[in-house]
Amino acid sequence: MTAQFYFGLSLVLYLAGAVFPIIWRSQPRRSSYAAHLLSAAAAVSGLISSLLVLLGHPEFKVSVPVLSALADIVPSVKLFAGLSLKMDALSAFFVLVISLLGLPISIYSLGYVREYEGKKSVTLLGILYNLFVLSMILVVTADNALLFLIVWELMSIVSYLLVIFEHDRPENAHAGFVYLVMTHVGTAFLILLFMLFLHQAGSFDFDAFRKVSGNFSDMAKTFLFVFALIGFGTKAGLVPLHIWLPYAHPAAPSHISALMSGVMIKTAIYGIVRVFFDFLQPELVWWWGLVVLVLATISTVWGVLYALMEHDLKKLLAYHSVENIGIILIGIGLAMIGASYKGDPNLTSLAALATIAGLYHLVNHAAFKSLLFLGAGAVISQAHTRNIEELGGLIKLMPWTAAFFLIGAVAISALPPLNGFVSEWLTFQALLLGLGLPDVIVKLTVPISAALLALSGALAAACFVKAFGISFLGMPRSEHAGHVREVSQTMRGGMGFLALLCILLGVLPMVFIPLIDRVTASLLGTSIASQMQFSLLMFAPLDHSLANISPLALGLLLLLILPITLRLAHMGGALHRRQTQTWGCGLPLLSPRMEYTATGFSKPIRMIFQNIYQPRKEIEVETDVSQYVRKRIRYKLQIEPHFEKYFYEPLSHFILKVSGVFLRIQSGSVNIYLIYILVTLLILLLLVR
Amino acid sequence: MNFAEIGLNVLVALSQLILFLLLAPLVTGWVRKVKAFMQNRSGPGVWQPYFDLVKLLRKEVVVSQTTSWIFTFTPYLVFTVMLAIGLLIPFYTSLVPLGFIGDAIAVIYLLALARFFTALAGLDAASAFGGLGSSREMSLAAIIEPAMMLAIFTVAVRAGSTSLSTIVQHSGAWDLLAPPHLLASIGFFIIVIAETGRIPVDNPATHLELTMIHEAMILEYSGRYLALIEWASSMKLLLFLTLLANIFLPGGIATQLTFGSIAISLGIFLLKVLVLATLVALVECSAAKLRLFRVPDLLAASFVLSLLALVLYFLLGGAGHAIL
Repeated sequence: MTAQFYFGLSLVLYLAGAVFPIIWRSQPRRSSYAAHLLSAAAAVSGLISSLLVLLGHPEFKVSVPVLSALADIVPSVKLFAGLSLKMDALSAFFVLVISLLGLPISIYSLGYVREYEGKKSVTLLGILYNLFVLSMILVVTADNALLFLIVWELMSIVSYLLVIFEHDRPENAHAGFVYLVMTHVGTAFLILLFMLFLHQAGSFDFDAFRKVSGNFSDMAKTFLFVFALIGFGTKAGLVPLHIWLPYAHPAAPSHISALMSGVMIKTAIYGIVRVFFDFLQPELVWWWGLVVLVLATISTVWGVLYALMEHDLKKLLAYHSVENIGIILIGIGLAMIGASYKGDPNLTSLAALATIAGLYHLVNHAAFKSLLFLGAGAVISQAHTRNIEELGGLIKLMPWTAAFFLIGAVAISALPPLNGFVSEWLTFQALLLGLGLPDVIVKLTVPISAALLALSGALAAACFVKAFGISFLGMPRSEHAGHVREVSQTMRGGMGFLALLCILLGVLPMVFIPLIDRVTASLLGTSIASQMQFSLLMFAPLDHSLANISPLALGLLLLLILPITLRLAHMGGALHRRQTQTWGCGLPLLSPRMEYTATGFSKPIRMIFQNIYQPRKEIEVETDVSQYVRKRIRYKLQIEPHFEKYFYEPLSHFILKVSGVFLRIQSGSVNIYLIYILVTLLILLLLVR
Repeated sequence: MNFAEIGLNVLVALSQLILFLLLAPLVTGWVRKVKAFMQNRSGPGVWQPYFDLVKLLRKEVVVSQTTSWIFTFTPYLVFTVMLAIGLLIPFYTSLVPLGFIGDAIAVIYLLALARFFTALAGLDAASAFGGLGSSREMSLAAIIEPAMMLAIFTVAVRAGSTSLSTIVQHSGAWDLLAPPHLLASIGFFIIVIAETGRIPVDNPATHLELTMIHEAMILEYSGRYLALIEWASSMKLLLFLTLLANIFLPGGIATQLTFGSIAISLGIFLLKVLVLATLVALVECSAAKLRLFRVPDLLAASFVLSLLALVLYFLLGGAGHAIL
């Protein structure tokens, strides 16, 4: 009862948040407060409801009265009859993640949307924000394929509107278009997927889907896998379906980017888990997991490699989402392989561990990525540029934002004792156990996958040294960067909440893992939390003998050793500290132009991986008098995304060409169309005679 | 666990900490001495690094006006992290009292944490040298880390654990003769050279902008900050030699906490570290420093060796060690 009540309350509050701002549409401040305070309250309510379910409250269903009523009125829309929402452990986990981010992001938005006052409709932004969160909640709780598709579309369209919110910028219109096309390609495959299910089950109900998993032929199962992979992979941003992500995420306002990167792409993970572990679990085929594992590994490296070359702060973060979705799916893919061997308890435990690793990384990524996007938003709102080459020295003027961004950067680089480390450690342990899988191909893929995961971790660290070092340290590289101010308290509060979450998820994994274990227990039927847990301090994968870490003790150890370090450093007596300027190689003054640039910083990586990047350089030299007297040198460096150039461009050319052929029939003249109708009618009459 | 056992564990942990702290500069001094000998110089004595540290600790600190708290915080953090790692790895006994806190992967990522902040400190002073060092260090680290992870995986697979003390307990004196282990050891030796910034990857004795990597990052440091960083680098060298000695050249390590076995084990450990340090010095003298963009090839070799080791391990049916 209580969990239902809070869940219903949260839905109502989101709806209220989408309606009430209209009342104060002439007073942007008030309407923003209405929207974001209501969504914050809704998030708290959702948090309580999902926690109750994860802590043992029985799962429950909520029917959607409006749609049922519709089914009564119009008998032909019988399909709508059984539409309902269901909160089981898996849904509760995702509602938890969405609510956990919804709260700090709503608080942050109170301050952040002020930037749009007078420029854009803050009311509209608030309404769309609430609808967006609401649609995501509905996606992860829908218990019917038709309802799922409807709310999935709602989520896509609302997020599209948010991507083009600042539509006066031409690049945003392009970003929105790419997003709209890609997301609908994904939805098309999802419709195919659910049609296949419908064909067997005769109903759109998820319950019916579960019952028919054994009825599919091998061919049909392969189709199910491919449709689900493309359909959800597009939303998740899995390489090579990721191309929309680096455009769409940066284009939206930053608090929306945080939601898109933090939770929207995770709804695709929800879909993958729901379809493969809930509907099709007894029918899993081992190579499905292998395909997911390979694509995930490629995404991991691909995402971070492109992030390194990016100097647009938000685009850089968007590419990191591709990387982290890869890390999450490495866990899920391994779990799919493990779960495909039914009956072997060891491999089922491996599947459970890998799922926990993947889902824990999902929570962690949600926390630190949204923190980083909010930090980026704070920087951009002050410095009015997303290009990190124009930033620098912000740590002195925005100390809080800098500290929060640094916490996010350390977390995303998987460094201990923060949360990214814990989930990557679990993924490594799952991979190590994956070496025990029976197939030779899997055995050989797993260590390479582990090595590439280590590579991506190190590259992510390099990327965030660049992102933080160039934008926050050193001297300001532009006029704007020198005149920034610390952001408002609500914005700092939102970021602080997420930074705290990153630390807590890092040092207290044992508090959170039992919650995730309920999800895997309900899906796989094996609970492994008791095997993993020893005390609040320590945890291990499956078995104590396999290895264990204790993030909390590690953090405490560092804190305990720090006084020893201080004492040792103090051996030479009191500290004499003198401040001067940085040594300028004999020049009187260092100027920001002499600082290292982001392009320069990533040059060694560009050289090392040039076979992958294939950078295009253009050098124009203007000479005077003789070729040795150079007047001007223009240097242009460009890295083109391969998949767009070699796959999507030819594809879109092909589509345009085919449409060109059809254009001949579509003349636009009404007379011609009338003839078509007449001819069709005649043919039909002849045929059906 | 009774009080005597707890007391013994605390004793082992403390002795390990003190040994790690005090022995580290000596190893650096020894490497320098061997190098000097090979180059026909008499060179400074093996105790010179201690004198350097004492002198640096007493000196005034000069800090750039451009820097932030990151610059001041980094030396303390790096030193603390190194000391913490010293408590997580086995030196002269395979029973690491605080081993439950972190395994091999945690050690790799703690090293990455120290590197992350050092690289940030390099950028903090707004000097082009610092940026250059940070950029090179992070780029090379990106290739070192997968190779290191793979090398650790090779030994972890056999022990069935990434816990360092379990790995050490599972290895025997003649492991090196098994092909997978031999390949992984060579791979890890290359990593030791690269991670500790030795020729042919980096030269700890140079301040020439064309070649320096690690030194460029810490160029702005002086006084006690520099002392902490230098000391931490010494500890890092000792740390990697220890990992090499105990994981890849196992044998002789005490598996019980008795006075006799620990004494023997300590002797063997010191001998192994001495031999390995000499080996590092010999490599330094016999190789020329590689161009920066040739270094990835060397590290790729290490990566391939470890991968080969893993493949061999599976081909030999997990019984790679039984063929002897």
